[in-house]
Amino acid sequence: MATKYDLRLVEAHADVSAQPSAELPSALQRTARVPEPGGLGFDRRAFLKAASLPCFAACAGAVIGRHDAVPVFAAALANDDSQYIKEARFYEKQDYRKIKCKLCPRGCAIDDRERGYCGARENRGGTYYTLVHSRVVTAHVDPIEKKPFFHFLPGSEAFSIATAGCNVNCKMCQNWDISQVRPEQVRSSYAPPQKVAELAVQYKCPSIAYTYSEPVIFYEYVADTADAGHALGIKSVVVTGGYIQQEPLEKLCRQVDAIKVDLKAYSEKFYKEVVNGELKPVLDALVAIRKRGVWNEIVYLVIPTLNDGDPEFTALAKWIKSDLGPDVPLHFSRFHPEYLLKNLPPTPIETLERAKAIADAEGLHYVYIGNVPGHPAENTYCPRCRKIVVERTGYTVGTVHIHNGQCQYCHQSIPGVWRA
Amino acid sequence: MPTHASATSRRTFLKRSATLGAGLLAGGAETWLGARKAFGAPPSQSRLVISRDSNLRSTPASLDSARLLNCLDRAMQALYDCDSPLEAWGKVVRPGEVVGLKVNCLAGRGNCTRPELVNAICERLQQAGIKEIVIWDRLNADLESAHFKIVERGSGIRCFGNDTLGFEDELAVYGSVGSLLARTLTQACDAVINLPVLKDHGIAGVTIALKSMFGAIHNPNKYHVDVCNPYVADVFMLPPIRKKVRLHICDATTAQYEGGPSFMPHWTWPYNGLLVGRDPVALDYTGWQIIEKKRAEAGMKSLTELKREPAYIATAADPQHALGSNDPKAIKVVEI
Repeated sequence: MATKYDLRLVEAHADVSAQPSAELPSALQRTARVPEPGGLGFDRRAFLKAASLPCFAACAGAVIGRHDAVPVFAAALANDDSQYIKEARFYEKQDYRKIKCKLCPRGCAIDDRERGYCGARENRGGTYYTLVHSRVVTAHVDPIEKKPFFHFLPGSEAFSIATAGCNVNCKMCQNWDISQVRPEQVRSSYAPPQKVAELAVQYKCPSIAYTYSEPVIFYEYVADTADAGHALGIKSVVVTGGYIQQEPLEKLCRQVDAIKVDLKAYSEKFYKEVVNGELKPVLDALVAIRKRGVWNEIVYLVIPTLNDGDPEFTALAKWIKSDLGPDVPLHFSRFHPEYLLKNLPPTPIETLERAKAIADAEGLHYVYIGNVPGHPAENTYCPRCRKIVVERTGYTVGTVHIHNGQCQYCHQSIPGVWRA
Repeated sequence: MPTHASATSRRTFLKRSATLGAGLLAGGAETWLGARKAFGAPPSQSRLVISRDSNLRSTPASLDSARLLNCLDRAMQALYDCDSPLEAWGKVVRPGEVVGLKVNCLAGRGNCTRPELVNAICERLQQAGIKEIVIWDRLNADLESAHFKIVERGSGIRCFGNDTLGFEDELAVYGSVGSLLARTLTQACDAVINLPVLKDHGIAGVTIALKSMFGAIHNPNKYHVDVCNPYVADVFMLPPIRKKVRLHICDATTAQYEGGPSFMPHWTWPYNGLLVGRDPVALDYTGWQIIEKKRAEAGMKSLTELKREPAYIATAADPQHALGSNDPKAIKVVEI
């Protein structure tokens, strides 16, 4: 099978990697190298090294650094994708072997032998299949703060996995190497749900995170893995663009414990031109998640000239307050040039601070600045006494002054999931 | 595979051609007399030859290879205004080049670029001094479904999908598209001859020459929205595609006017012809009209009425793309 990657990357990475912890099999990195959508940017080469590493190690049993090789996942069988292919949920059969996908709002109408926009689902003879069940392209043990979740088990680590594909095509995507490719175009490993759950336990991760690309397109795998995790006491968190139809979302909300939504902008124009999607279904999804009571945080990647206007910040904050409530954490994240937006500069920190000031003034209680390590707006402040209740520097969590979900100083309730 | 050229003299060619060629298209179509007048002039970028033979099929399911070769020869001679097919092929390729033949096998054996046509082209290319030929499409599985045999190694004629060599590491970007190009195109071939089929497409309207190049990128699924406009035109603008694709030979032995891109036998008809040209826009425009005409005959709504008019054809012709002409007055359709 031809792949984009080269095994030499594994060796190259061994020279530059963050050091894996001693107890960690070499195939898995307890590092923060693969950016979350909207997360800290790396150049593409660095990304390739990081993203491809775990799977290569798993597939090849490669030795990295001083550690022995311990394959985490079984290697993909050459020229045999059958282990990854399962009938998809949420589609409708139509005449002449056509199908209509009902997973995301795009609603792809797909002919026989064709794929949906996501590239991860295929019509075969009038039956629709996911091609990525248990087909992991990258796996890491990440700080939960990297997702970012700031009100969900702070200081814990999440066993983080992704498959190839995405149902949008954001011009600023930092993980396009895995999100904008078809499953067979990248090296993958077989990681059935039970195995993922067991590894989360093994690595002392209280949660499994479905992240990096777009969990909506590997919905069946998420659902099955979440069930396997819960059976072992492991929670599941989803990092998504929120571009999903209501029925699958409702069912997903019953199976996962937290959902972080990348709200790319508060503008249909931006969604059409930059995301290749739509804003309204994402807003509807946020409301539905809130109504379902699943813990939810929002990231807004601030991109110079494209979604960084004060009126947009104001409208966004007003909508969140009115439709979701003031307690939903909102992260304004710094953009780094990537993919098809390399022509734009990184977001000025002053812009992020202005966005935060606007959201604060509108009455949101938990507004953060992301991708600016060391910024005071990484901390969680009690909305009543204004004292720091969770200290953070980058992905590192300091002292947590929350007890039984309340500020230790003034007993103000601080919403979130604070215990595993 | 035949081993020698059955080169057709101009006189023989004229005799044969004169017995064929009932007019197919209204407006823009050039009569045989017109085609004859055109000889002697340098080939126009927007000349399109439609070469048909009502006896092309030896049985309903199989093509007469000799007649197909003759059909191809006549088209090449008419397009390049040459006395022999080899002379015409000499204007397309140079000895020593590796020539790629981009076929379209998505619909399987039912409506694909027929191996019989590919054999005929290979025969002429070899006679023109080409030693290395690569027959390619998206996937090995697609090729096999169309009864091509995968040959990944060796010299001479090879045949494989993009899954054999994979894709470039760096994005190729133009307009609305950012894609990784198949190494088959960028690294394995010096020149490409595009061999699409003539058929309806449920999203794009039609899929003929321009859209067939979706088979050269890693992410065609991202461009099947908005009737594939402007994506089809933008993909064709990617320099390796624009520079390497020299000729289009559309296999219209069987054409499909509804239900594509999948093979729907009840919506196909034996067109028994080839559409040959250097201008992919002119070819697509003309092919679209053929499909519309057939749809009208079948009592179906037009693609425009169904809101799947292939607007990417006009985009490809606009000043920014300038990939060819969609003006029927500027397209010289030569029917033989």
